Amino acid sequence: MADFFQNTLHDHFNYWVYVILMMIGLWAVIAKNNFIKKLIGLSIFQTAIILFYVSIGVKVDASIPILHHHEEPAAHAEGHDKGHKADYAVGEKDDSAPAAHDNHDSHESQESHGDHDHHADAHAVNPDLIANPLPHVLMLTAIVVGVATLGVALALSQRIYKEFGTLEESELLEQLKGGNVDG
Amino acid sequence: MITKVLATVAVVITGALLLYGTADFPAFGDPNSPASAGVEGGAPSISKYFITESYGDTKVPNLVTSVLADYRGYDTMFETVVVLAAGMAIFAILRVFREEDDLVPNASHSEGNSFTDGDHSRIIVGTTVRLVVPVIQLFALYVIAHGHHSPGGGFQGGVILGASFIIIALATDLGYALNRFSEKSYFNLAAIGILIYAGFGVLCQVLGSNFLDYGVLQKVLFTDGPEMARSHSMLGVEVGVAFTVTGIMFAIYANLSSRGTLKSGL
Repeated sequence: MADFFQNTLHDHFNYWVYVILMMIGLWAVIAKNNFIKKLIGLSIFQTAIILFYVSIGVKVDASIPILHHHEEPAAHAEGHDKGHKADYAVGEKDDSAPAAHDNHDSHESQESHGDHDHHADAHAVNPDLIANPLPHVLMLTAIVVGVATLGVALALSQRIYKEFGTLEESELLEQLKGGNVDG
Repeated sequence: MITKVLATVAVVITGALLLYGTADFPAFGDPNSPASAGVEGGAPSISKYFITESYGDTKVPNLVTSVLADYRGYDTMFETVVVLAAGMAIFAILRVFREEDDLVPNASHSEGNSFTDGDHSRIIVGTTVRLVVPVIQLFALYVIAHGHHSPGGGFQGGVILGASFIIIALATDLGYALNRFSEKSYFNLAAIGILIYAGFGVLCQVLGSNFLDYGVLQKVLFTDGPEMARSHSMLGVEVGVAFTVTGIMFAIYANLSSRGTLKSGL
């Protein structure tokens, strides 16, 4: 029993939340008769998907996917402020010596555009300490497009109301069956 | 009634199957989940690449922005096009022109042509909104312009900017807001946003690189290297995104709240 709580409820509670929310939305889409209520259900459904995506990008004890300003290797051209480096999600502190060396290198040979490769070596950001940025990107656009398409759906509902005088699915179907298409 | 019972049964079964399926999913917050670390023996994780390499590639500390506007630039551009298309669809569905010169909205029919004139019942709302709107708009511009270094970007800032016009329309009258941000303006703004975004892509092509491969823009932006050119170009395309989102958010509100007439709204 304790195992069940640990494995299923504690480790997977985000999936429980998203499935329950999604099913609430799905139920509203299927069972509700009113178009606006169906749209509300669709929005709840969408929110559940967004929650799911964002929750799989979470890492325990990780920070947001924005690097700290003083922490990037490029900002350390002088390589003297190790203090800033240590307080952020940079890998091992031992790295600061070679990092400083690399930055010196790129500083001296700034004309050569090869310093990109130096960064890659000197960067040493620990990926386990930064949340996965990819779900955030996907959901960022999904939210805005969701708002825009919800607007289209509301516009269609308004148009339907203007033509038929109702937003109830059953009444609408009756009107259509009766051939009263002109409204 | 039978529909509701059937729907409940279907939903419960679907939910149970989904929950059964998630039993094999990685635990919440697991840094070694396939989404974050890739699969063993498979391709290296793209998410790890973004975290460790994208700063070196683009000089943008906000990884979300760099992935959004550079690595997935195509995706973001067409998401923006979807937003514009949604605005045009609403225009096509709802907009009605009863009189011949309805296209230029005039607020003459509404007496309260300012925040507090006329109707005294809106004095508190009007005064508050008048004080708050400039702050909202300033914050929106900050969110757009600072999207590289802090949470933010074109989509978020655009929505805030659009909301600032919506709040004006809510507090006064739709005509009052449309006098400041007319139908012609917001659709032009939305189209210009796409034009800015696509323009950056075409400019890259003209300079001999791939569409939306900003590195080559160092020739026209006079930056130190291709990384800074990518950083600056991202600001440019974010501004384009913000234009489109601002225009379309207000277009959606204006058309929905007035049933397409753009006369007095809510």
